[in-house]
Amino acid sequence: MHDDILEMRSITKRFPGVTALKDVSLRVREGEIHAICGENGAGKSTLMKVLSGVEPAGTYEGEIHFRGRPMSFATVNDSEAEGIVIIHQELALVPYLSVAENIFLGNERSRAGIISWHETNARAAELLARVGLDENPVTPVDHLGVGKQQLVEIAKALSKDVSLLILDEPTAALNDDDSEHLLGLIRGLRDEGVTCIIISHKLGEIVEVADSTTIIRDGSTIETIDMHVPEPERPALIPRLIRGMVGRDIEHLYPERDAEIGEEILRIEDWHVGHPTQQDRVVVDGASLHVRAGEVVGIAGLMGAGRTELARSVFGRSYGRDITGTVSMHGKPVQLRSVAEAIAHGLAYVSEDRKQYGLNLIQDIRTNVTAAALRKVTTGPWIDGNEEIAVAERYRSSLNIKTPTVMSLVGKLSGGNQQKVVLSKWLFTEPEVLILDEPTRGVDVGAKFEIYSIINELAEAGKAIIVISSELPEVMGLADRIYTLSVGRITGEVPARDATQERLMELMTRERE
Amino acid sequence: MAGTSDIKELLTRNLRQSGIYIAFVAIVLLFTILTGGALLSPGNLTNLVLQYSYILILAIGMVLIIVGGHIDLSVGSVVALTGAVAAVVVIGNGLPWWLGVLAALGTGVLVGLWQGFWVAFVGIPAFIVTLAGMLIFRGLTMQVLGNVSLSPFPPEYQYISGGFLNGLLGGYGYDAFTLFLAAALIVVFVIQQYRGRLAKLKYQQQVEAQWLFWLKNLLIAAVVMAFAWQLAHARGLPVVLILLAALILIYGFISQRTIFGRHVYAMGGNLQAAQLSGVKTRRVNMLLFINMGVLSAVAGIVYSARSNSAQPGAGNMFELDAIAAAFIGGAAVTGGIGKVQGAIIGGLIMAVMSNGMQIMGIDQSTQSVVRGVVLVLAVAFDVWNKKRASASS
Repeated sequence: MHDDILEMRSITKRFPGVTALKDVSLRVREGEIHAICGENGAGKSTLMKVLSGVEPAGTYEGEIHFRGRPMSFATVNDSEAEGIVIIHQELALVPYLSVAENIFLGNERSRAGIISWHETNARAAELLARVGLDENPVTPVDHLGVGKQQLVEIAKALSKDVSLLILDEPTAALNDDDSEHLLGLIRGLRDEGVTCIIISHKLGEIVEVADSTTIIRDGSTIETIDMHVPEPERPALIPRLIRGMVGRDIEHLYPERDAEIGEEILRIEDWHVGHPTQQDRVVVDGASLHVRAGEVVGIAGLMGAGRTELARSVFGRSYGRDITGTVSMHGKPVQLRSVAEAIAHGLAYVSEDRKQYGLNLIQDIRTNVTAAALRKVTTGPWIDGNEEIAVAERYRSSLNIKTPTVMSLVGKLSGGNQQKVVLSKWLFTEPEVLILDEPTRGVDVGAKFEIYSIINELAEAGKAIIVISSELPEVMGLADRIYTLSVGRITGEVPARDATQERLMELMTRERE
Repeated sequence: MAGTSDIKELLTRNLRQSGIYIAFVAIVLLFTILTGGALLSPGNLTNLVLQYSYILILAIGMVLIIVGGHIDLSVGSVVALTGAVAAVVVIGNGLPWWLGVLAALGTGVLVGLWQGFWVAFVGIPAFIVTLAGMLIFRGLTMQVLGNVSLSPFPPEYQYISGGFLNGLLGGYGYDAFTLFLAAALIVVFVIQQYRGRLAKLKYQQQVEAQWLFWLKNLLIAAVVMAFAWQLAHARGLPVVLILLAALILIYGFISQRTIFGRHVYAMGGNLQAAQLSGVKTRRVNMLLFINMGVLSAVAGIVYSARSNSAQPGAGNMFELDAIAAAFIGGAAVTGGIGKVQGAIIGGLIMAVMSNGMQIMGIDQSTQSVVRGVVLVLAVAFDVWNKKRASASS
């Protein structure tokens, strides 16, 4: 049982100008869950691309042995033929096709080129039962939430007789419940004999499920850790992983803050928001909250609780319809009818999805940084391009954005650095209230710490900050006060010092009485 | 990143932009050889400017539309309609030429309001709105004209596209004024470039090496002077060239250095991110289409003045030339990328090819095939270039 199913020996992969992988070795035993962790840009994804044939044999040095035989994959199809299937972080499902069609996409159940729908749907139903997804196979995929879509991806992998399943950040977009279910499923697959490689930033879940963990840093293997340790030593695993990933000790994951809490800046009262397309559906139902200068307020809620919807409806009504309620700033009611008005009143909103809502990926850092406050670099009718560059340079050094120049395309930066560009954009508007929606999603540990430090500096500078996060430790580590949100309603307000994960979770799952 | 870059770095880094110039020079050289020099003769150069000016004017508006993430299929019909309106005012009613120009421009604004309304406020894809516009405005043209051609225009109106500035400084067998103007333009251009270079150095950015900077400017000056020299030896400086130069300059600035321009790029690059950054996308879309309507009207005026008539079938297929010019000039099919100067070069490539093939006596059918192939190759080059760029990241 404990033979190696996979061995990658001395893999070196060079791109023009950079060496992405330096002499990386990886041994995965048959029937285990093997976690790979490392900061963004450490080379995890590249390593998996080499393994799955996305980077074809010949473009890298080193050897891959699978089940004891040397392999050279020229395409993804070659690796899938051996039973190696990779599920990418960005799901590859076609939204308007049914669950069953997606599962057998490219691998259709057919006779003489004619699709056999009976077999397709029947086989799909079996696979759905196996992954514990209670949905009709003919349901279009876009009717399912992200958590369920993830399960469809796994069902698709199972349809290919997978023996080595690679999951890249499978829980990044999932809430705690869905994550728990997914991790349970992965354990079940392991017990059925499917070897799993899981890439994750969530160290807690790695400790929970992984049998062994390989740490990669700067394109090199640091160590492989056996995760089967006696119970008393388990808490020491996370610091050990962090140490390996960042190459230094992070004493406090959440840096200390020394901010003086001042007067109230923003108050939202009796806020109602209707769903933009579904009549009668209320997404935010009578929410009231306030935030003061120098204060960090957390909003904790599960996915679908209405966190993002609340934030975006306040931010210039960029979401929802039939919005009622009042927004006051400094005690005076204000009208925020458009995003431009919200910005003019000193609000800033950093979206949870930077690629879709935060950045123009085909433009350079400079134009992204100034995009929300162009007037500040404009004299008369003309934008001063040189002044823009000076501004972007300032944020590059103050937020430590890692890039050769501010003229680089944003699409080429790593997740953490992209997030810093979004932050720069909003800091340049000099907001009074900064709403941060999942500010560290898809961001590695080192950059997370930097982003936390930035949040603290902003609070110390007297800004009012609202942090929305589905990671409870993050909310508890950052906020002074935490609101819990459940099905559109504020179900509790807890000072951070009294908060425990259990108490918050209880409030976050409280249904309407 | 203060420092200087050498010529190789400059070319590889800007292949997307420089590639198009290299292609343009190659095509000019090719057709100069194939036509035995006739392409660059004074008479033909003048002709080239007159014959393709309206396509270039349309291309300026089209590239902005495409950068904004849209397309406009109606411009050919709008050229016809605005020309027809001008003809009815000037020829039909005997009113002064400038009233005809104003009426055409007003029609362009109305067209833009109509199409902008559907795109910006109702949210119908521009492809559909302008496809409908193509039919609507063609039909309206026929109704305005009563299905017959109107001609001739009075001389003042014809002057817009047929006029030349000649002999203002006295004639010597060539037009000194054209040469003087070109020289003045070069001086202003070089001073601007030099100031830009100094500013970049002050902000510690990368600039090209000093010798390269001067070589580049010298080359540009030489080309402009040679072009002016040829024009001066034909009929002088065409009025329409001045109009075109002014439009290129103005729209170059609008697209690169105004908030409106930046918003167009932001919208085409990522619509939702632009909205959440406070860009009023409805307003920007509305302005984009009004602008396209006005530029179509300008092209309509120039075209009707040149053909000295308004015809029901005028401007047929102009939209395709304008769209092709924008894409050959490096605009991205998905929006967010593209430049006015690129679209102009793209338009000139089409112009030189058509003109060269005409001189060589190649028949229409072959010309059509060649132009189609060039369009596909140009976009293929762009796609390849993008892949190369992302692979080297």
